[in-house]
Amino acid sequence: MYMIRKKTLALILTGIMITITALGVFGCEVSDSADTLTVFNYGEYLDPDMIKLFTKETGIKIKYEEATTPEEMYTKFKSGAIGYDLLCTSDYMLKRLINENEVREIDYSLFQYKDNIGQKYWDFSKSFDPENKYTLPYFWGTLGILYDTTKVNGKIDSWDVLFNGEYAGQIIMQNAVRETFQITEKYLGYSLNTTDRDEIQKAYETLLKQKPDVQAYLVDEARDEVVAGNAAIAVVYSGEAYLGHKYNPDLEYVIPKEGSNVWLDSWCITKNCKNTEAACKFLDFLCRDDVALKNFEFIYYSTPNETVKENLPPEDQNDKYMFPDDSVTENCEVCTLTDPETNELLNKLWKELKAN
Amino acid sequence: MDKVMNRRSVLSGPYVVWALGFTVIPLIVIIKYAISDRTGAFTLSNILAIFDPVNLKALIFSLEIAIGCTVVCILLAYPLVLAISRLKFARSGFMLVILILPMWMNFILKLLAWQMILSSNGILNMIIRAAGITGFDISNTPISIMIGVIYEYFPYMVLPVFDAVIAIDADVIEAARDLGAKKGTVFWKIIFPLSLPGLMSGITMVFVPSMTSFVTADILGGGKLQLVGNIIEQEFIQSMNWNLGAGLSVALMIFILISMTFTVKKDEREEEEAW
Repeated sequence: MYMIRKKTLALILTGIMITITALGVFGCEVSDSADTLTVFNYGEYLDPDMIKLFTKETGIKIKYEEATTPEEMYTKFKSGAIGYDLLCTSDYMLKRLINENEVREIDYSLFQYKDNIGQKYWDFSKSFDPENKYTLPYFWGTLGILYDTTKVNGKIDSWDVLFNGEYAGQIIMQNAVRETFQITEKYLGYSLNTTDRDEIQKAYETLLKQKPDVQAYLVDEARDEVVAGNAAIAVVYSGEAYLGHKYNPDLEYVIPKEGSNVWLDSWCITKNCKNTEAACKFLDFLCRDDVALKNFEFIYYSTPNETVKENLPPEDQNDKYMFPDDSVTENCEVCTLTDPETNELLNKLWKELKAN
Repeated sequence: MDKVMNRRSVLSGPYVVWALGFTVIPLIVIIKYAISDRTGAFTLSNILAIFDPVNLKALIFSLEIAIGCTVVCILLAYPLVLAISRLKFARSGFMLVILILPMWMNFILKLLAWQMILSSNGILNMIIRAAGITGFDISNTPISIMIGVIYEYFPYMVLPVFDAVIAIDADVIEAARDLGAKKGTVFWKIIFPLSLPGLMSGITMVFVPSMTSFVTADILGGGKLQLVGNIIEQEFIQSMNWNLGAGLSVALMIFILISMTFTVKKDEREEEEAW
C-alpha cells in the first residue's frame, strides 16, 4: 500500500510538472512575441469583431482578458501573473495607478485620430490625469434618478425626493457603498470626493434616516423594478436609464441640480508594456471613426468620440440619454477618491447602515 | 487482502486529488488569511470580529432564518414523505421526480422568478390584498427570504427522510398495529424514531446552507437585510479586506461545527441506517 501511494504521488507530481512546463512554454511564446498585445478590459466592453479587424489590418495579435470590477482588475494587475500591456479601467482606479507609477505616458504623436475625442472629455480626465498624459477616454456616463412620470408629482430635479419622505417605500437605491454615499454627499452640498469625517458622518446619518423609506437596495434590478411599476424612483446609471426609457416611455431620467457623479473609463498603457508602438496603434484604432461607431453600437454607453454622433441617423443623434447637453453635467464631479482611510470608513459605515 | 487494498487506493486517487485541491488547500489558504492581518503578522482579531455588534447581529439573524427554514422544512417534509411512502413504487418515484425537477433549473433564475412573485405588485401581494388584508407588503421582508431558502433546500430535507422512512420494515409497523397502537402512536413510537438518521442528514443539509445563502438575501431581501454571508461577501468584494472576510468565514465554520456535533453524534449511533 505504501508503495502504491508513493507511485500515485509520483504520477500526480509528474502530471503537475508537465502541465506547468507546457503552460510556461506556451505562455512565453505568446507574451514574448513582439506582435502581441495583452489587453485587460471590463466584460462586454469591446466589440470582439473590432479585435479581429485590428489583427487583420496590422498583424498584431490581441490577447484579451476581462474583469468585472475595478478592484478585481487592480488585484489581478498587481499580482503580476499576466503581463498586461493595455488596461481599460475607471477614473479613481486610474488615479491610483498613476499615483503608484504603474502606467507610462502615451505618445500621442503616433496618433491620427486623437482629435475625434471631444475637448470636454479631456477636461473630465484632468481630474485624475492633470496633464492628459497617461489616459485616453473611452466611455462615460452619469449617475441620476430614473422615475415614473405617472407616479410622481411634477418634474423631479433634486436628490431631495429620495430623502424628504414623500415617496416612502417607492425608492430603489444602489446596492453599492460608493454610489450611495456619493449622491448623499452631493445632496448635502459636499464634494463626492470628501475626506472630511464630519461630512461623511452626516451623509451616513442622512442615509440611516432614509433607510425605512427605501424599498430595496439593488444593482442590476433597479431599473427593472421601475419598469415593472414596483417602484417610482430609482438611482441608476445613465446607460440603464436609456434602456428603461426604451421599455417604458413614461420613464424619465434626470441628473439632479445639486450635481452627481460623472464616471469616465479610460485606457492606459502599463509600465511593463514592451511594445508601446503597437499599444498606441491599438488605441488610435479605437478612436477611428468607423471603429468607434461599431464599438458604440455594441456597447451603447455615451461615447467621448464626437464623430460617432455625426455618423448616426438623425433620430438617434437627438437621444438626450446618450448625448446629454453640456449644461446637465455642470455640477457633476469625477470620482477620484483613493484615500484608503476614507474608503475604510465608508465601508464600515455602509455595513452599519445595512445592519440597522 | 493486500491486493484489494492496493486497488482501492488507486481508485481513490481522483478523490484524493479533488479533496486536496478543492477542499484542503483552499481551507489552508483561508485559515492563513484569517489569522494574519494586512501586513501578514499573526492576529486573532479577524476571527474575534464575529463578536462586533454589526457582525453578531447578522449572525443572529442568520440563525433565526436558518432555524425557521429548517423547522418549516421538517413540518412540510413528514406529511409529504408519509403520503408518498404509501404509494406504489412507480408512483412514488414519479412524485419524487416532480419534487426534484426544480433542482435542474438554475438557482438564480428561480430566485428572479420568486422576486417577481413576491414583488410589491406581484401575485402573492395581489392575493393578500384581494383577501382584504391591507398595509402588509411581503416584498423585501425576512419572510420572503425564508420562502426562497425553503423552496431551494426543501428537497434536501425530503429525500433523506424519505429514504429513512421507506427503509422501515413494514412488518414493524404492522406489528405495532396488531398490538393496538393508534396511528399517532405508530408515528411517534415507530416511524419518527427510526427516521431520525435521515432527519439529521436533512437538518445538516438545510440548516448550514440557509445560514449563508447571501444571494437569496440580496435578491429577495432587497439588500436591506444582512445574513452573515452578505457581510463576508462584502468584505471580500467591496472592502477588499480578505483577512477579515476569511476570519469571519472561519468563525462561521467553527460555529457550524459546534452546532453540528450534536447532530453528528446522533448520526453515528445509527450509522447503518444513515442516508
